[in-house]
Amino acid sequence: MRRFLRPGHDPVRERLKRDLFQFNKTVEHGFPHQPSALGYSPSLRILAIGTRSGAIKLYGAPGVEFMGLHRENNAVTQIHLLPGQCQLVTLLDDNSLHLWSLKVKGGASELQEDESFTLRGPPGAAPSATQITVVLPHSSCELLYLGTESGNVFVVQLPAFRALDDRTISSDAVLQRLPEEARHRRVFEMVEALQEHPRDPNQILIGYSRGLVVIWDLQGSRVLYHFLSSQQLENIWWQRDGHLLISCHSDGSYCQWPVSSDAQQPEPLRSLVPYGPFPCKAITKILWLTTRQGLPFTIFQGGMPRASYGDRHCISVIHDGQQTAFDFTSRVIDFTVLTEADPAAAFDDPCALVVLAEEELVVIDLQTAGWPPVQLPYLASLHCSAITCSHHVSNIPLKLWERIIAAGSQQNAHFSTMEWPIDGGTSLTPAPPQRDLLLTGHEDGTVRFWDASGVCLRLLYKLSTVRVFLTDTDPNENLSAQGEDEWPPLRKVGSFDPYSDDPRLGIQKIFLCKYSGYLAVAGTAGQVLVLELNDEAAEQAVEQVEADLLQDQEGYRWKGHERLAARSGPVRFEPGFQPFVLVQCQPPAVVTSLALHSEWRLVAFGTSHGFGLFDHQQRRQVFVKCTLHPSDQLALEGPLSRVKSLKKSLRQSFRRMRRSRVSSRKRRPAGPSGEVQEGSAKTERPGLQNMELAPVQRKIEARSAEDSFTGFVRTLYFADTYLRDTKEIQLMHRAPVVGILVLDGHSVPLPEPLEVAHDLSKSPDMQGSHQLLVVSEEQFKVFTLPKVSAKLKLKLTALEGSRVRRVSVAHFGSRRAEDYGEHHLAVLTNLGDIQVVSLPLLKPQVRYSCIRREDVSGIASCVFTKYGQGFYLISPSEFERFSLSTKWLVEPRCLVDSAETKNHRPGNGAGPKKAPSRARNSGTQSDGEEKQPGLVMEHALLSDERVLKEIQSTLEGDRGSLNWHSRRAAMGCSLSNGGGGGSGLECSCRMCWEGMGGRALAPLPWIPQGPTHALMTWKAPCLGSVWAAGAPRPAQGDPELSLCVLQQSEWLSVQAAR
Amino acid sequence: MNRSHRHGAGSGCLGTMEVKSKFGAEFRRFSLERSKPGKFEEFYGLLQHVHKIPNVDVLIGYADIHGDLLPINNDDNYHKAVSTANPLLRIFIQKKEEADYSAFGTDTLIKKKNVLTNVLRPDNHRKKPHIVISMPQDFRPVSSIIDVDILPETHRRVRLYKYGTEKPLGFYIRDGSSVRVTPHGLEKVPGIFISRLVPGGLAQSTGLLAVNDEVLEVNGIEVSGKSLDQVTDMMIANSRNLIITVRPANQRNNVVRNSRTSGSSGQSTDNSLLGSPQHIEPSCEPEDEDSDEDDIIIEDNGVPQQIPKAVPNTESLESLTQIELSFESGQNGFIPSNEVSLAPIASGSTTEFETHAPDQKLLEEDGTIITL
Repeated sequence: MRRFLRPGHDPVRERLKRDLFQFNKTVEHGFPHQPSALGYSPSLRILAIGTRSGAIKLYGAPGVEFMGLHRENNAVTQIHLLPGQCQLVTLLDDNSLHLWSLKVKGGASELQEDESFTLRGPPGAAPSATQITVVLPHSSCELLYLGTESGNVFVVQLPAFRALDDRTISSDAVLQRLPEEARHRRVFEMVEALQEHPRDPNQILIGYSRGLVVIWDLQGSRVLYHFLSSQQLENIWWQRDGHLLISCHSDGSYCQWPVSSDAQQPEPLRSLVPYGPFPCKAITKILWLTTRQGLPFTIFQGGMPRASYGDRHCISVIHDGQQTAFDFTSRVIDFTVLTEADPAAAFDDPCALVVLAEEELVVIDLQTAGWPPVQLPYLASLHCSAITCSHHVSNIPLKLWERIIAAGSQQNAHFSTMEWPIDGGTSLTPAPPQRDLLLTGHEDGTVRFWDASGVCLRLLYKLSTVRVFLTDTDPNENLSAQGEDEWPPLRKVGSFDPYSDDPRLGIQKIFLCKYSGYLAVAGTAGQVLVLELNDEAAEQAVEQVEADLLQDQEGYRWKGHERLAARSGPVRFEPGFQPFVLVQCQPPAVVTSLALHSEWRLVAFGTSHGFGLFDHQQRRQVFVKCTLHPSDQLALEGPLSRVKSLKKSLRQSFRRMRRSRVSSRKRRPAGPSGEVQEGSAKTERPGLQNMELAPVQRKIEARSAEDSFTGFVRTLYFADTYLRDTKEIQLMHRAPVVGILVLDGHSVPLPEPLEVAHDLSKSPDMQGSHQLLVVSEEQFKVFTLPKVSAKLKLKLTALEGSRVRRVSVAHFGSRRAEDYGEHHLAVLTNLGDIQVVSLPLLKPQVRYSCIRREDVSGIASCVFTKYGQGFYLISPSEFERFSLSTKWLVEPRCLVDSAETKNHRPGNGAGPKKAPSRARNSGTQSDGEEKQPGLVMEHALLSDERVLKEIQSTLEGDRGSLNWHSRRAAMGCSLSNGGGGGSGLECSCRMCWEGMGGRALAPLPWIPQGPTHALMTWKAPCLGSVWAAGAPRPAQGDPELSLCVLQQSEWLSVQAAR
Repeated sequence: MNRSHRHGAGSGCLGTMEVKSKFGAEFRRFSLERSKPGKFEEFYGLLQHVHKIPNVDVLIGYADIHGDLLPINNDDNYHKAVSTANPLLRIFIQKKEEADYSAFGTDTLIKKKNVLTNVLRPDNHRKKPHIVISMPQDFRPVSSIIDVDILPETHRRVRLYKYGTEKPLGFYIRDGSSVRVTPHGLEKVPGIFISRLVPGGLAQSTGLLAVNDEVLEVNGIEVSGKSLDQVTDMMIANSRNLIITVRPANQRNNVVRNSRTSGSSGQSTDNSLLGSPQHIEPSCEPEDEDSDEDDIIIEDNGVPQQIPKAVPNTESLESLTQIELSFESGQNGFIPSNEVSLAPIASGSTTEFETHAPDQKLLEEDGTIITL
């Protein structure tokens, strides 16, 4: 029998699986890690960024983005987009040149590498002879001039990178053609600057580092002009009309040189040190841009006074008597200015300054007075403060979406109103079918709300929890306004701020209810805040409650940080999410799990000591449960045992690191100089031998209850299901529990609270037997409810050696059948694999490797969406987006056409750019147009604005209807009559009744003797137990209640009768 | 004291044997027919009767010809005791609850002159640990060699029975490399090896595993391609019933397959197990799986109890899922499904369990061949 079953594929199921699952890494959101080069094409209006890991990323209009990766994985040091072409040349730090192009395939552009090339000198020449320092793509797009460290300028022909040796401009040739009086100085060294004459393609400018600048006639091979500066040259700018040169120097000075026919004028027109008179740092790059109004813009990088401001990363802009030194929090990699694209235009007319800093991109509007920054539609610095957690909410109701955007727009008042100026290409991606929010919690106590619907991850709103607490930093400190006469005129720009005032403020868990607008956030010092969305600014006091999770446990001393001190009295909060309740866990250990049930108005939170349940409407604690085991008491007397285990794990991770370093060293490909390689191999070998002598060992030992026990609460889950009394399940395999889920009678996961009330989900089947799924790191187990008997299990670790790190239920739609879909578990393991495990039979469906197993932070950061997508951090500042679904795929698809974009002028560039935003809006208007699943819901929400409002009003606490209120009171009464049991039970009873009030408009799936509201929590990863507290539904004999089961109409009629 | 129970003692008849039984401070003497000693249960009842302790659970020991105190607890050792008694069979009885097992063992009666006080006062302080011989009915399997008939002779599949917490599994594994014969000739491939045995641990005490043995499989899953950490996790997850297939570093003690009964060239301890067919066990017996895995539920009365099984055919389903996993995942990440049941989840999946019921027996029978 088994033989027949063996690899036997059920062809129907296999086909269905192909329709349901497929794995793609679709897009990288955020800011590239370790950028190293910037390029811009004025004709394509495309920005290019290269990174130290060899990636290049191209960005145009929102939604237009491309990514390429050099095989060599060497740092990209320069990017040059060829003028007027869909081509770019990159220079890597291994001195290789690469030609990339955007080719149209199947209606969309693709970035691909065409050629690569390494400049070779004559045999025996020093490597520096061909070390490229400057690349100049000639406007003919056929030639590339390469300045080198030796002072020679080599010429290669594109696209094949054919070296044209006869055209090389050697430093000797230049020297010979210099007039006698200029020859006596040793003027050569490396080439620092290469420029083509703005009007005449036959002239190029060569600047050498020792200060000599020549203008070279390409056809006549002669020096047209030469200029001699007394300072080391850093860079040169050639003014648009070609009559003026601006050179900048290592002493912080810059000089203007007139280019006029009386060639023998080696003296600068003007020379000055902008931040003198004390010694200044070098000005590394300078731009001199003309305007129609007459006064030019001078923009330069560096040049700050060495002693006082030498550590600043500044770019100064001078125009019309105004001067500002934009002060960046991280190193400036490069900058460019967006100007008039047409090379024939008379003036530059700069519109925006684009600065690539190490940790962020900053764009400054130069056309608006005050030079405000422009808000980025992409390339957001996710890590302005380190990301500590993330939470994804799919399918946000339009109302909530708009309110969040409204709150966010008030925070963005300081941004320029300029339309995003980098708008090349056309995005072909259809409008996202639904609105998704990604919430990231940060180390500095902020929560950022990102629009994660489409290709561009856009910041919508930023919530700060800092105002609730008293912190060490004086708020006035930051506001210390610089005086008008302050010199240099520094102005801080950008959002990257890695310094946290207080590490305790860090956000650890986030839970947003998209229907009610309630948000719970929890942090490092045991703080749990419940917030609600308010469109107006408000001054309110935050109710503070302490949750003593230790209860009557004796003899325990907390040796960690103190809890945060909360501000007493009313605090003013800006529009947006405003906190109204603060629960502080005692001891103030980091909150490790959080759940919000907005229908029952409950927030549940867990730490390593226990968990608590808080009613945020009545502002009272429902119950607290300590999960510290008495036998663990000794171990937890002080955090010593934890320190020990931390030490152990640190040691292990160091060991692992060392190992991976060794192996990566082994992998490194052989370099060009074989001799050196051999020498290093010799030195390596004894190290490797030592490794062989003392290999890493792993102890094989069964887990015992004692050594693995902790009370760490990892998962909390609310469910409306069948359960009698309080039950605790102890999993004997003693693996930490990472997920809990209840399946209804049809084996469908229970809907979220309020989902049914909003008509967005079928009400769960409360008739059939429910099932409880408990996912531990090692196994999946299904228990039947209410009896809690074991039904099914799937062992993962025992069979594969992998452990579950993340699990989430997701809906997989079929790409063929429009309305067919299945619920399954998306599982991420410690090996970085992603699997889909079927529900309810727990059969592995597909497996893909997604994250490198060594990438611990990537695995830890993974978050799944409800529709089979996910995100994980590939660097501190970038999320990789992936999709397991065939149906839900967010991926850039765009077109860049050089012929079309050539005609673009800054004024009319709006055409392609508006397309995506319009498309996004149109999604809300043309409901019936597309049959995307998300739109069904959209329709439900929009068409029934009245329902929405009513629900909203019930949820916001101000019950409009007196009827409901009185009804609620009556019920509370009947319950306490019939009530019994412990205080915890009583409270849950009341809770389920509170829930009723809020659910009045929904069909009530409730049978008198039937299900029980239950709070399920999960306790103790290692002991592996699941807690559940439940209470019976209201008394069976209550006829009125039985009536209200039936339908909405009956329910209302009962109410009326009262 | 009460000597009325002497039956034919001192009759001098050749076919009888004198028995001197001691319980506490009391002695009883009686005789037994040497040729027809009867069964152990009868003897046990007789002793209870003569000592008038009908409802007391006792342990019975006898002094053998070397003076060792050895237990009598089954027919075999009872007959042995009777046949070797010369001329007197000296019986020592202890109450089970106050039994001093250390009294049993070799040399106990010779070395200690005051062995009687030792037996009589079980809580007497022992000066040095004795080698313990526990009661045979308390014996349980510690390890076994299994699947000899289906494995290559160079491999050995060892099952370790972890029982309680008193004895550690006690071994370490490491990365290493081994030489394999491949289509391209000999090739060095990474492998997992046993690196250390903890003295006194289960692994060492079996004598079946040794340092530098290469680990090939863990509970039927091949370890090739898996990292050391993965294999560690697999072993720990299976630690209650760990089955390791190794290629022993020492290939001289291998079981010779075609002469199974005589194939015990060196491994004496467990080859006896091999002989009896019931010990050639499947690696993943469902029964074993679950006996070690029963979760506990604690209701509000605080009394933990085992969680009942919900559906009778759980086993079969489970074993199915396991087999599936052990296969290589197919192309494109698709894991081959091997049966139909998943298709229409939306339309009443509750019935699926019932549809399995007829198959259940078959599957369970098959369940025994699950691995490999």
